[in-house]
Amino acid sequence: MCIGTSGPGATNLITGIATAYMDSSPILAIAGQVSSHLIGNDAFQEVDTIGITMPITKHNYQPMKADEIPGMIKSAFYIAGTGRPGPVVLDLPKDVQEEEFEFESAKDMELPGYKPTLKGHPKQLKRAAKLIQESKKPVILAGGGIILSGATEELLQFANVINAPVSTSLMGKGSFPEDNPLSLGMLGMHGRKVSNFIVDECDCLIAIGCRFSDRTTGLLSKFAKNAKILHIDVDPAEIGKNVDVDVPIVGDAKTVLGDLINVFDPKPELKQEWLNYVKDFKNSCIPRLSFNEVPLKPQQVIKELSEAITDDTIVTTDVGQNQMWMAHYFDVNNPRKFISSGGLGTMGFGFPAAIGAKIAKPNNDVIAVCGDGGFLMVCQDLATIKEYDIPVIIVVLDNRHLGMVAQWQKLFYDERMSQTHLGESPDFVKLAESFGVKAERIKKPGEMKEAIKRAIKSGEPYLLDVIIDPNENLPMVPPGCGITEIVGEYKVEREYPDEIVVKASAKENGGD
Amino acid sequence: MDENKTHVISALVLHKPGVLQRVAGLFTRRGFNIETITVGPSENEGLARMTIISKGDEKVLEQITKQLNKLIDVIKVRDLEPGITVKRELCLIKVHTVTEKARSEVIQYTNIFRGRVVDVSPETLTVEITGDPEKIEALIDLVSVFGIKEIARTGPTAITRGTKTI
Ligand SMILES: Cc1ncc(C[n+]2csc(CCOP(=O)(O)OP(=O)(O)O)c2C)c(N)n1
Ligand SMILES: [Mg+2]
Repeated sequence: MCIGTSGPGATNLITGIATAYMDSSPILAIAGQVSSHLIGNDAFQEVDTIGITMPITKHNYQPMKADEIPGMIKSAFYIAGTGRPGPVVLDLPKDVQEEEFEFESAKDMELPGYKPTLKGHPKQLKRAAKLIQESKKPVILAGGGIILSGATEELLQFANVINAPVSTSLMGKGSFPEDNPLSLGMLGMHGRKVSNFIVDECDCLIAIGCRFSDRTTGLLSKFAKNAKILHIDVDPAEIGKNVDVDVPIVGDAKTVLGDLINVFDPKPELKQEWLNYVKDFKNSCIPRLSFNEVPLKPQQVIKELSEAITDDTIVTTDVGQNQMWMAHYFDVNNPRKFISSGGLGTMGFGFPAAIGAKIAKPNNDVIAVCGDGGFLMVCQDLATIKEYDIPVIIVVLDNRHLGMVAQWQKLFYDERMSQTHLGESPDFVKLAESFGVKAERIKKPGEMKEAIKRAIKSGEPYLLDVIIDPNENLPMVPPGCGITEIVGEYKVEREYPDEIVVKASAKENGGD
Repeated sequence: MDENKTHVISALVLHKPGVLQRVAGLFTRRGFNIETITVGPSENEGLARMTIISKGDEKVLEQITKQLNKLIDVIKVRDLEPGITVKRELCLIKVHTVTEKARSEVIQYTNIFRGRVVDVSPETLTVEITGDPEKIEALIDLVSVFGIKEIARTGPTAITRGTKTI
């Protein structure tokens, strides 16, 4: 829930609403509006909030009488939170806000045009099972829908039943434990090499709760070209929108996966050859994290961060290289522990998202990993965390650049660096201290881990200004290319490292 | 398959302010083509029927239908197949008719097309014609030699043949 005043308050909500719309976050945003008799007159601080938010909301409401409000609020929460979740806006004229009326809690909602389908069609479930049975090289692609529907348990079970490796989209990070031997990590433009190559090679792609965004698929004509595609999504409009689908299943991920597991009879046979191939491929390109140099490599920073926190720690990211480093290198094992702005890619998201997470989950440690550019867009909220004593930890990955844009300028625009160097100011430590927030600067390997532990222990708001190498580039698939066309060096930890034991082999996980 | 087929989409929507904007906005934002759109009350109180004529291949049509269905204020959407659909449009044509000859010819054509003359002035005749859009085109073509001063068309509205409803 969030609230803004009329006019500029409402327009300031727009980026957040659009962010929620793209990532299917259920929110109710209430905007003030000028008095009803002034609407349409270009009154002071009037803006057409309903018109502006129409294309970025699941629905919006403008009550003209106070007694409409209870029903609208009830419907708004229902719409926001069910089916494919999303933002709903309530545009509240001033006179309606001030009107007095006899409160009567809302009766039944009248939403004849809104009936999300939750259960998958039995015929399609059978077809899906057959497709999976017959496949030799199946892969699961898990999206944010798994997390939204609370289907992580079902996904784990399903992956074990059909013995398929699991790739995720950015929003799907946390839907499947990344320390599980079947996990491939994130797919896409900045995806893990193993994820991109295995999806490219599969003969059956089981996509669940994901929308095949261009950042995930790369060039569509080259995407999983030998695969039959099975798509499970609660939003029918996502099915067939970007990718042609062989078996569509409209339904809620949790319900559908639960039912699908039971449809198999007999259980699919174990595809040992495929699993061995995947395992070997995975071991051949485990991303390198250890770098003992100054300036710090972001990989080393992430390694130390991972060592200092637990599986209960909630990590948010901003947008840019900081986000993609985290998405690529940072393993997430539990749902709702990795929060990022995917679809809209909204800079300035990480820090306020962390504040929200901490308020919702006061017993979990919350860390915002931000870029210096993105953090600067929202640094005024240092006052918020100080005033309300919200102990979030901010990690600024300080490369003094709009790093992601700089990377594109380097790779695709002949190194014509324009407007991406951020200069010497501010001093993030002093900035934080001016708000009364504790801060440290991190420069050398080994410092990060200790600093994070100190920050967590302090129980106070805390900022770490981590000076990193501005010249480190992310591995990436250039726009317009297939996902195996990764440019730049893909730094690998070690070839066939002994210490990486694939714990439960697919065989032990059943499949008989 | 016809790549750019014309589709007649019939949608039952809540009859309240803003619904037309939601539908029209959806078409613009998703780059769907919209040839004509008509709206009016339906047989159900509180519900209006929209008839949208749009061009696109099957994939586009599927997206249009699905995206329309996602709108909370849209109750039902159906692509009306040509074989089972009655499609009618109303058109008013103001024709320049100063000579007696022009006047009588326009009246003759109008009668052949089962249209009606609805207004007369010393220099113009206004005729009303209803029917399939192609029939309307044909009459417009015929009278255009006299000089057309103004045309107003409603865009087609449509309904299924037989007992079937949407
Ligand atoms: C509000 C907003 N403006 C612009 C962009 C485009 N953009 C994407 S990444 C990026 C650079 C981010 O720089 P920084 O926050 O320092 O992160 P880094 O990439 O250096 O880690 C920009 C400008 C955006 N995503 N959001
Ligand atoms: Mg930066």
